[in-house]
Amino acid sequence: MKICVLVKEVPDAAVQKRIDPSTGRMDRSGEKNLNPYDTHAIEAAMQIKEGGAVEVEEIVAVTMGPESAVRALHKAVSLGADRSIQLTDEALAGSDVAATGYALAKVLEREKPDLVLLGQQSDDGECYTIGAVVAEHLGMPSLTQVIKMDVSADGLRCERQAEYGYDTVQVQTPAVISVGDAINEPRYPSLKAIMGAKKKPLEKLAIGEAGIDASQVGADGSKVVCGDFKAPPAKSAGTIIEDEDTDETVEKIVAWLDERKLI
Amino acid sequence: MANILVYALHYEGAINKNSLGAVSEAARLAGEIGGEAHAVVVGEGISDDVAAGLGAFGATKVFKAEAPEGLSQPVVDVMGKLFETGDYQYAIFGGGLLGFEVGAGLAARLNAGVTMEVTAVNVDGGQLVAERPILGDSSISTSRYKDRGIIIGRLNAFEARESGGSATVETLDVQLSSHAQQATMVQRGEQRGADVDIEGADVLVAGGRGLGKAEGFQLCEDLAGAFGGNSAVAATRAVVDAGWYPYAAQIGQTGKTVAPKLYLAAGISGAIQHKVGMQSSENIVAINKDANAPIFEFSDLGIVGDLNKILPKLTEAVKARKG
Repeated sequence: MKICVLVKEVPDAAVQKRIDPSTGRMDRSGEKNLNPYDTHAIEAAMQIKEGGAVEVEEIVAVTMGPESAVRALHKAVSLGADRSIQLTDEALAGSDVAATGYALAKVLEREKPDLVLLGQQSDDGECYTIGAVVAEHLGMPSLTQVIKMDVSADGLRCERQAEYGYDTVQVQTPAVISVGDAINEPRYPSLKAIMGAKKKPLEKLAIGEAGIDASQVGADGSKVVCGDFKAPPAKSAGTIIEDEDTDETVEKIVAWLDERKLI
Repeated sequence: MANILVYALHYEGAINKNSLGAVSEAARLAGEIGGEAHAVVVGEGISDDVAAGLGAFGATKVFKAEAPEGLSQPVVDVMGKLFETGDYQYAIFGGGLLGFEVGAGLAARLNAGVTMEVTAVNVDGGQLVAERPILGDSSISTSRYKDRGIIIGRLNAFEARESGGSATVETLDVQLSSHAQQATMVQRGEQRGADVDIEGADVLVAGGRGLGKAEGFQLCEDLAGAFGGNSAVAATRAVVDAGWYPYAAQIGQTGKTVAPKLYLAAGISGAIQHKVGMQSSENIVAINKDANAPIFEFSDLGIVGDLNKILPKLTEAVKARKG
């Protein structure tokens, strides 16, 4: 089995996120990190490889993003991927979710994976859907938000929470599975793995090399035009208490509740 | 003329409330752009009555297809075929997991634009414009579509309104694509954990990952007990997935939507998927040790501190206050 893991570089959670008003795109400068949800996808791949139910030939991390996104790949490799591919091209800037999914699918087509794994969402775009877009382009079945996955020669038995409770779905590979953060507890990379990450094979692709139609990507190729950013309706800020003396804090909470006749 | 197609999620003889909201919203918008709202139901043995019932929410036509339900790709096949053969400009989905998957898959199949987590849709120049909160709900962006548009609502964004209309039902025969046949539902809607009732409670004490372990829920149960009467304990998805608390008590995207008089969140960060299920609560109190937790942005009273210290004392104080 060959596994490709889609990863993404996102602004560090501690950094204030903003939209660049001149372009209407997210300002992606500043501190970056591997999307935390993607570490669960890499861990899932590693557990399949180590589990022994099927033989995993290799785990390939794939990303699309500017030059700096290579750091997300280094992190992915330090967590266990055997090699990585970076799709990077100025023509991709401003791609919406549909265009991004199309471009990633073209890279995956070259790799012919049996399983594509990704995190259930990106930490910055709050988008849960890239897996479904990629799967449709590849003609593969897909499930998102999977929290348990048993791999055998017959395929994947996946569990996830949906609208009416937990669903169990049997999926034949090749397939695209996005995993929820409850699926595993990602390992920490060893110092040796971190040091060795830059030595693992890294392939950089421009859109032409991946067979991507330039008219289908970037801001021009995207089918959605985003703009007109506005502030949400103002909500009066709540009261904040920093707990220093818990007895006093509790007194304040009770008084607050009392005032509103909630006790 | 531009019509709007809506996916109506079906489970055990009923249509999902968020889907009904999407049908109502589509009917309103179709009226404004001079088209009709048509609905799609996909499943096994769905009755004509259930399908026709969507007419009351504004659909003028309902397409019914016999195919496995609870999976996204059969629905993409059905809706994709309708887009190929009919005059559709937009598709609208109510909030929920399957809507996200079907909408995204359909966008890929149709080469259409797609926007998710939409909270409002307006008409401008005969075209739909979707509003979507971004960056942790600190800003709202609008989406316009160069051609076809797929709009996926946030949970509870669209209100179901009965307009008293009626719909014709047409049965569709769709050949499923090969990849749609690669997934099979083994079990749907399994309820994990006890069947607790939280929807009618006036006071909800909700626990999240910050409780640290399953046993941490005892603190929530003690506090709910101190409030007495009509109070209950609720949970976030993360802790339900971890098996700490029953699914029936889960708030949010794939759980319950509640609006109690008091919602007390303990150790809950306040992710969007949770927020959408409880933001209409009359009073929101949050206890979290992380001062940067998003929940403080929409709580009325926020306490930055250790819930292990605060909850037991709060329980005693509430008990004392009740005498």
